[in-house]
Amino acid sequence: MIGVLSELSYWQVTSIRVVAGLVAVLLVAGTLVYAHLFKMVSFMQSRLGPMEAGPYGSLQLMAEIGKFLQKEDIVPRRADRFVFKAAPFVVLTSTFLLLVVLPGGPDAWFISNDLGIYLAMAVSSVSVIGILMAGWGSASKYSLLGGLRATGQLIAYELPLLLAVVGVVIQAETMNLQEIVLAQANGEIFGWGVIGNPFIITQFAGFAIFMIAMQAELTQTPFDMPVAESELVTGYMTEYSGLRFLLFFIGEFATAGVFSAIAAVLFLGGWYVPGLDPADNLFNVIGPLVLFGKVVLLTFLVFWVRFTFPRLREDQLQRLAWKFLVPLALANIVVTGVLKVVV
Amino acid sequence: MTVTERQQLSYIAAQAADARVNLEIETEGMTLNIGPQHPATHGTLRIVAKLDGEQVVAAEPVMGYMHRGYEKLAEVRTYPQVTTLINRIDWLGSFANEVPFILAAERLMEVEAPPRAQWIRTVLFELSRIANITLFLGDMAVQVGAITPVFFAFRDREHVLNQIEAATGGRFHPNFDRIGGLKDDLPAGWVAETRQAMRKIRAFCDEIEELVEGNEIFQARTRGIGVIPPDVGLSYGLTGANIRASGVDWDVRRDSPCGLVHDQVDWKVWTHPDGDSFARFWVRLQETREATKIVDQLLDGIPSGPIMAKVPVIIKVPAGEAYVETENPLGVMGYYVVSKGDLNPFRVKIRSASFSNVSITPWLLRGVYVPDIITILGSLYFILGDIDR
Repeated sequence: MIGVLSELSYWQVTSIRVVAGLVAVLLVAGTLVYAHLFKMVSFMQSRLGPMEAGPYGSLQLMAEIGKFLQKEDIVPRRADRFVFKAAPFVVLTSTFLLLVVLPGGPDAWFISNDLGIYLAMAVSSVSVIGILMAGWGSASKYSLLGGLRATGQLIAYELPLLLAVVGVVIQAETMNLQEIVLAQANGEIFGWGVIGNPFIITQFAGFAIFMIAMQAELTQTPFDMPVAESELVTGYMTEYSGLRFLLFFIGEFATAGVFSAIAAVLFLGGWYVPGLDPADNLFNVIGPLVLFGKVVLLTFLVFWVRFTFPRLREDQLQRLAWKFLVPLALANIVVTGVLKVVV
Repeated sequence: MTVTERQQLSYIAAQAADARVNLEIETEGMTLNIGPQHPATHGTLRIVAKLDGEQVVAAEPVMGYMHRGYEKLAEVRTYPQVTTLINRIDWLGSFANEVPFILAAERLMEVEAPPRAQWIRTVLFELSRIANITLFLGDMAVQVGAITPVFFAFRDREHVLNQIEAATGGRFHPNFDRIGGLKDDLPAGWVAETRQAMRKIRAFCDEIEELVEGNEIFQARTRGIGVIPPDVGLSYGLTGANIRASGVDWDVRRDSPCGLVHDQVDWKVWTHPDGDSFARFWVRLQETREATKIVDQLLDGIPSGPIMAKVPVIIKVPAGEAYVETENPLGVMGYYVVSKGDLNPFRVKIRSASFSNVSITPWLLRGVYVPDIITILGSLYFILGDIDR
């Protein structure tokens, strides 16, 4: 695909990339909303979910978007107008930036960057600023509490998230996400290389820590104190309506999709399926779909947990991060490093 | 009425909270209005909480947003009409509201319902308890953040509501109790269907036990939170499962029965020594199970006979006064009825359980964190209609 793109002019390449980015974020987010929020959860809760809009309610999200677009864009009188209005876009920006380094096939990705995962972890923190902006700018006490909670929580869980990734980086000897995928595709488990070496097998502790920290990073139950419906109404989103609420809502699911994609790349072999040659050009076509399948699998776990578990309290959450996840992640790094040197 | 070590520690912690807040870095306090429109207050209760960070320095419940003046309205209604009003007090277990008033009126008129009516009355009384508390079991999980259990609660509560509807004609507001008996006899096949519903409720209780009570996060959120020592609970007038969760073995159904036939069956009053939010949840869960057993046993022995005693068509209650209380789903509910011999009562005073249960919140919420406000309010389990009447 890089070969094809190099013959096009700059504006054409940019247009293709923008469209691909929008499709990758919005289509994935829409699918996750339908498959998980509308249907899976409904079946868990012994109800059918939306059934009227489209076959089996598949167009329900379109109806919801139509509803949100018609609503008035209310800004509270005492709100900091610019901060309040900009916040949802900041949150969504972080999602789009995360996408930049994600490989969907041997050539199907946006930029080739040797700092890949490092960049991803860095831009994922931008959403914290957006959430804090929303919490502070709303001039509402519930929003303020939610924003403060979110900030404390997201900072606490950046660390285990990052440390969980370090194990993979040590094993793959690179931070470039494409090369991490290839390392898994070409790897061998004790000389047996039929399915490659998806790092979920050797880095299982890292995968578990990553998923838990990701759950917290996405502010999903059991770590959803920033939005906590039964306590803070909806936390930092309380004062938002119409389009801006929709942006937060889509952002939540888009971020879940993108984070799961990172987890899939790091631990499940990304776009690679066992049995095929990773250099095969076919992967530029089916690679994104394979990755999407793995994303749906991982987000299923995320939302399964979300709709089953109760919510932790703020201090219990911090205790879990600092006293359990961080030491575990550090131990994982030590073990991985020692084994890397010895084996 | 022994005070456990955990209760003592938490009691001390609550009392020390005020002092501790001020000793630390001086920060500006914040007043948070929880309610009257808030997802966790089941209606229009308002809690004014003074916060220091996320810690509550002082909290006060503000009631009256839903006051409907039932006590006054009852004075201009005839006795049979009053049951329509008082159905709406605790709207989740409506039939239980009618019973103490009817019993008070019966005591004034010196009539007694025939045995069959008494038994069916007790069955419906317990069914409304189940209909009420199953919703609490799901709702408590929502307060702690788990969304799914409440749907299971609504699903299985439906079986009980169907039975109440089949017997009385009303799902939520039966208006079925009459002075001297009941409006109608049971429909055919009702007993077998009710037994089946009870089996489903027991399965639901098992499900909740695994899904909610056994969950580590739920226990971490509720154990040791909102501890009510028995003496404090009694001094605030707490009743029902709230006081039994503090280890006070007191149940009106067993200790001072009047007009209902709970003494005819074999059942147990559950208590828990801890007095925390978890204990209140646990006691209610056991109570629901116990209620299904009571219903099962009562269904075995419903005597035959008439459903109404001989009462005049136009009911005039002789002058006098009577106070009857029963163990309703939310706690002890009592009606103090004063009659001057007219068609309508001269004065009705309603002692509703939730009003007293909520009155402990200023004492209980001091020093807790904002998330715990919600679990404590949830575990105290009030119905707004029962507070404001």
